[in-house]
Amino acid sequence: MWWQKDIAGCGIAGFIHKKGKLFSGEVIRKAIVSMEERGNGLGAGFAAYGIYPQYKDQYALHVMCTSKKALEEAEKFIKDHVEVVHQEEIPTTPLKSLPDVPYLWRYFVQVNYEKLEGTWKARADFDEDNYIVWLVMEVNKTIEGAYIFSSGKDMGTFKGVGTPAQMADFYRIEEYEGYIWIAHNRFPTNTPGWWGGAHPFTLLDWSIVHNGEISSYGINKRYLEMFGYVCTLLTDTEVVAYLLDLLLRRQKLPLRAVCSIFAPPLWDEIDWMPEDEKRLYTALRMVYGSALLNGPFAILFASHNRLVGLNDRIKLRPLVVATKDEMVFMASEESAIREICPFPDKVWAPKAGEPVVVELEATT
Amino acid sequence: MAFKKLAEYYPDFIVERDEKECNLCGRCIRECSYEVYEYDEKKKRIITHHERCVGCHRCEVFCPQRAIVIRRNPSQFRENELWTPWYIKNIYKQADTGGVLLTGMGNPQRYPIYWDKMLLDASQVTNPSIDPLREPMELRTFIGRKPDALEIEEKDGHFSLKTKISPQLQLEYPIMFAAMSYGAINLNAHIALARAATELGIYYNTGEGGLHRSLYQYGKNTIVQVASGRFGVHTDYLNAGAAIEIKIGQGAKPGIGGHLPGEKVNAEISITRMIPEGSDALSPAPHHDIYSIEDLRQLIFALKEATNYEKPVGVKIAAVHNSAAIASGMVRAGADFIVLDGFRGGTGAAPTMIRDNVGIPIELALAAVDQRLRDEGIRNQASIIVSGGIRCSADVVKAIALGADAVYIGTAALIAMGCTMCQRCYRGKCAWGIATNDPKLAKRLDPDVAAQRLINLIKGWGHEIKEMLGGMGINALESLRGNREKLRGVGLNEVELEILGIKPAGR
Repeated sequence: MWWQKDIAGCGIAGFIHKKGKLFSGEVIRKAIVSMEERGNGLGAGFAAYGIYPQYKDQYALHVMCTSKKALEEAEKFIKDHVEVVHQEEIPTTPLKSLPDVPYLWRYFVQVNYEKLEGTWKARADFDEDNYIVWLVMEVNKTIEGAYIFSSGKDMGTFKGVGTPAQMADFYRIEEYEGYIWIAHNRFPTNTPGWWGGAHPFTLLDWSIVHNGEISSYGINKRYLEMFGYVCTLLTDTEVVAYLLDLLLRRQKLPLRAVCSIFAPPLWDEIDWMPEDEKRLYTALRMVYGSALLNGPFAILFASHNRLVGLNDRIKLRPLVVATKDEMVFMASEESAIREICPFPDKVWAPKAGEPVVVELEATT
Repeated sequence: MAFKKLAEYYPDFIVERDEKECNLCGRCIRECSYEVYEYDEKKKRIITHHERCVGCHRCEVFCPQRAIVIRRNPSQFRENELWTPWYIKNIYKQADTGGVLLTGMGNPQRYPIYWDKMLLDASQVTNPSIDPLREPMELRTFIGRKPDALEIEEKDGHFSLKTKISPQLQLEYPIMFAAMSYGAINLNAHIALARAATELGIYYNTGEGGLHRSLYQYGKNTIVQVASGRFGVHTDYLNAGAAIEIKIGQGAKPGIGGHLPGEKVNAEISITRMIPEGSDALSPAPHHDIYSIEDLRQLIFALKEATNYEKPVGVKIAAVHNSAAIASGMVRAGADFIVLDGFRGGTGAAPTMIRDNVGIPIELALAAVDQRLRDEGIRNQASIIVSGGIRCSADVVKAIALGADAVYIGTAALIAMGCTMCQRCYRGKCAWGIATNDPKLAKRLDPDVAAQRLINLIKGWGHEIKEMLGGMGINALESLRGNREKLRGVGLNEVELEILGIKPAGR
């Protein structure tokens, strides 16, 4: 039946306060829990910005390990290569319904030139961000059972196998306060429901939640490999996080250009554009064709100063946006927005491939 | 000397004539360019020289009474797994003449066909398949060097592109007509290819025989080739096309140059190729100005200089054992596109031993080259075009999923024009009027009809490619390109799977 396709997807929700006002995790919890039908209890997660004001200059590495040994190895690797300012176990509340949880620790780290891994001392592309990306890739690739699943500053991801309510309870999400929140409720189909595979996916400052299946995954992955990214998390959404890192941070493309790479205009539209626009969009498709995200998707992605919502180029997944004063909400379903904002000023469904970009107005 | 021409005693084909139906109209005599038929005035009947029949079926098709059937000669040698009739007859031929065995078209021998061991994916439930009859489905492709990144300036929400993009070819289908020289095929065939390419928004390749003056008007859909013989190469020629292709080798005969028998060199071809009428045009095996990769670089840039850096310059090689390393060198030497021609690739004339025993399957070469260029981070710098045995739209889709930007079709284009794959192109007597320059035969090929048939073929394949793409939940060809997740292998061993970079079916 026609509505079944929608049910067999995922649920996403997110909001931003444009003036940077902080909200407890309780708010996003309500929105995502209201879309319980969109998940199957095999994955959920949250990401928030502004949650670590006491360590806002350090990279917050969230590490997930399936064994004590993996944790020890990962910790040693981290300590050998960066300076750890503070470390602690991520506070959790054990739940009877979640018997099998990994070891979860966080490390607030900064790059210390003394500790640089040998080859990096001479590398032309050295900067702190590149080095942290290398560190994350290295741990995820080489230490079996260890995953760094969050690595930005003053932000963090909390995710795992369970329902959104279970994850919120487990990670005590209401204890964090952030000005941007995104959340995900997962109905995994293509990849095993394991903790590392839950959303959001994060690399440095970027976090992303995704509803959909990326049919272009095979080439997106191989394209990223050319630039040194290694896809280790066994799911297609990971490529979006890495593409954001490559295109926005490393290649410094404007955000809207990146959105047109992910969901480009059709050639028919490009052919009718004025000459200089036509040249630009042709070049974008020509050069970045391997980064086009093909297949159904609605994604929300965030960095410390913005929240972005984007649909695939023919809108095969739902995405609704609403505004209320300084707040902008985005979710798979309007009901999730109304759950936390009953009377929005404006509600609309963005067109296929048209990004909704909300920038933080003043960083506090 | 009882056995002067022993081979003639064992014809490949037998012509069966239904004497009840045959009314002695003589059409078969006129149609057969190989002189299989002769009218015997005294006996009032048609004599058949079976040993001359090449199996092209021209007489069979044109017999108004449908009285002729061409069959494989049922007469058999004693069974022998090793000494098959193929080898026995070849030995007879060589013992008769002392010559090199010649043939045409691509390697027909029983080697694995990897296209047939790869299957495509389709969407079910978790992502919707897309219906190309109702939704946009895009096949546009660009051939040429791409930068690794674009520089874009944003000013008041307005973007401007700072990066200058190298010259590109824009294709509306990821399919082009492969290099087949004027001479190997005649002007009517070239006209048909040129018109079809223009109409379709794709390109055809001149091959190594130069470009007939009357075809300069189709220049913007033409790729001009520069081969070791340099036939017909001059400034006007280089500037006439949209791109230049340096031919180092071809899949049908890696390691040796092109052959055009003097029988096929008439006045027009002599002018176009800039060689004397009736002389054999035998291209040197190597380019005598390219003995190494640095020399290739010089030729690439000489051609770019000659055309003011306005056209992509590519390099074509035969798929051989070390293709991946060679391709990497070619890209680093400045090639904007590379063409890999597999061992099934066709030819107008080649020594049989070379055609049947040299080179490697295009599927493996393509997979290895694409991966190698990615490993070296230079895949963006050149497009990959593959050719050699692309038989249908599914082969095209599989090639693109393995990593090709586009394919060239030669044999398939000839078949569209009426070729029946008799493999006798080198004789210059093609009864279908394609691989012949005999004016009486050449006029059998109507360029308008042939062009329309080529257009039909590519359009048909285009529809099929769109259906397959849509089935996979993809609506732009670039999302299939190099997307090996969309392929699964059947009946392949682990090493083959690893080289192809695909998983076995079921995983």
